Amino acid sequence: MGDLSVNLCGIKLDNPVIPASGTFGYGYEYAQLYDINCLGTFSFKGTTLEMRAGNPLPRIAETNAGMLNAVGLQNPGVDAVIREELPKLAKVFHKPVIANVSGFSVAEYAEVCRRLDAVPEVGWLEVNISCPNVHGGGMSFGTDPKAAAEVTRAVKEAAAKPVIVKLSPNVTDIAEIAGACEDAGADALSLINTVMALRIDLKTKRPVLANTTGGLSGPAVFPLALRMVWQVYEAVSIPIIGLGGIQSAEDVIEMMLAGATAVQLGAANLVNPFACRDIIDALPETMERYGIKKLSELTGGAH
Amino acid sequence: MQQGIFTVAENRPLNDKVSRLVLRGDASAVKRPGQFVQLRLPDLYLRRPFSVCDRDADSFTILFEMVGKGTEKLRAMKTGDELDVLTGLGNGFDLNAGGDMPLLIGGGTGLSPLYWLAKELMKRQKQPIALLGFNTVSDVFYEDAFRTLGVETVVSTVDGSYGMKGFVTEAMNREHSGFYACGPEAMMKAVCACTDKPGQLSLDKRMGCGFGACMGCTVKTNNGLKRICKDGPVLSSGEVIWEI
Repeated sequence: MGDLSVNLCGIKLDNPVIPASGTFGYGYEYAQLYDINCLGTFSFKGTTLEMRAGNPLPRIAETNAGMLNAVGLQNPGVDAVIREELPKLAKVFHKPVIANVSGFSVAEYAEVCRRLDAVPEVGWLEVNISCPNVHGGGMSFGTDPKAAAEVTRAVKEAAAKPVIVKLSPNVTDIAEIAGACEDAGADALSLINTVMALRIDLKTKRPVLANTTGGLSGPAVFPLALRMVWQVYEAVSIPIIGLGGIQSAEDVIEMMLAGATAVQLGAANLVNPFACRDIIDALPETMERYGIKKLSELTGGAH
Repeated sequence: MQQGIFTVAENRPLNDKVSRLVLRGDASAVKRPGQFVQLRLPDLYLRRPFSVCDRDADSFTILFEMVGKGTEKLRAMKTGDELDVLTGLGNGFDLNAGGDMPLLIGGGTGLSPLYWLAKELMKRQKQPIALLGFNTVSDVFYEDAFRTLGVETVVSTVDGSYGMKGFVTEAMNREHSGFYACGPEAMMKAVCACTDKPGQLSLDKRMGCGFGACMGCTVKTNNGLKRICKDGPVLSSGEVIWEI
């Protein structure tokens, strides 16, 4: 059997498959279905300093090969996450986990990271500067290289654990933002967050989502994500986590060939809760079919 | 929650819009009336949620109305076709919340989860009374099914073409210990305004996953935020904050 392990910022993952933030809660819903310790790791629900109720409904819309969401970072706030959710997570998942962090100011990002950095279960901090569904925060930091660098620097000062900056595809030049984050000290990058999108209901003649726009994910965005991972791989030397529309072991390999060290799956989990487990199970046979002995050697192989 | 492949055992139109679909497979995760299933349909990305209308050891039944792409595909399914289904989703009704003589108030296909509920209440020697509301005579279905259970059943049509004339709420003026309701939100809101007895409501919201992971269907209630798919779809009447 081939070697599925990869190294993400000095921490070894048994395989590169990681459920993406916002599609896996804190793990325990899925732990009722299968042993989630088969995962490389997972990124838990985006966390802010204060509790957030999220956006009004509808928050979900569908499209031919994917979905739009405008959840709006619903979460109980960092202290409740640490106090209530992470102990439950620790019971069902026994590997280092990725803490996903959002904020509305540089200071908030730094403070949430500082608090989560102290939690032993947390292996990495993933800083979301790319949420398209909140106003005055999130994506506004991810569309300007200076702001992205400022958040990265502040978070790096506040936390000792590796910092992954999650990038938005809703920019003209993602490589420029990626470079700014690398220069500011980011240990890794994850891309892409969802693509800002719209659906209109013909019966009401109004947008389907209460937030008007939402983030598109699912197989519709896979080639777009692949292209951006390719561009960022050419621009930086830190590891990249590739995500966007992955739904098979073949997609994982393709994403790694474009430049990803590891991958995340989001929408796929919502449609098939076993998606990540099924892909991990399918990887050895798929590797054999394409003559791959060591998955980690694929990264950037198509360049 | 459980995932499984189910086979269409029956797909029968009940009228121009509403059908009854029986799916055969391991239904053991479907435990309580009020729970729902998520069906994966050909060429549609997201699953579609449906309340369970009835179940036995190796099958369950749903009732659905053609309202869009998903239900059109479902109406065309043939006996022997296979479907990927997540079963055992949601909390379900509390069989004691409505007391010994509860009203079961269903609007259109909203009556679906109330049928299995009626069956379970009868087993427990309770005396449910079904109030079924429709727009017009050609919409009426499942009246006989409720009667066959031995449940007193009152049908109303808005245009008066069958049964009592008017909204289902007009049939509520009778002795009852509590209620269970499922139907359009405007109906459920009106139902709550017509009684001071305790009740349970089955809500329907646009969902993503259906099992509590995506936060796509969270609503504010008087008991804090609740995910309709996981903390619901059944909420008590006192905790619902109406948005209409």
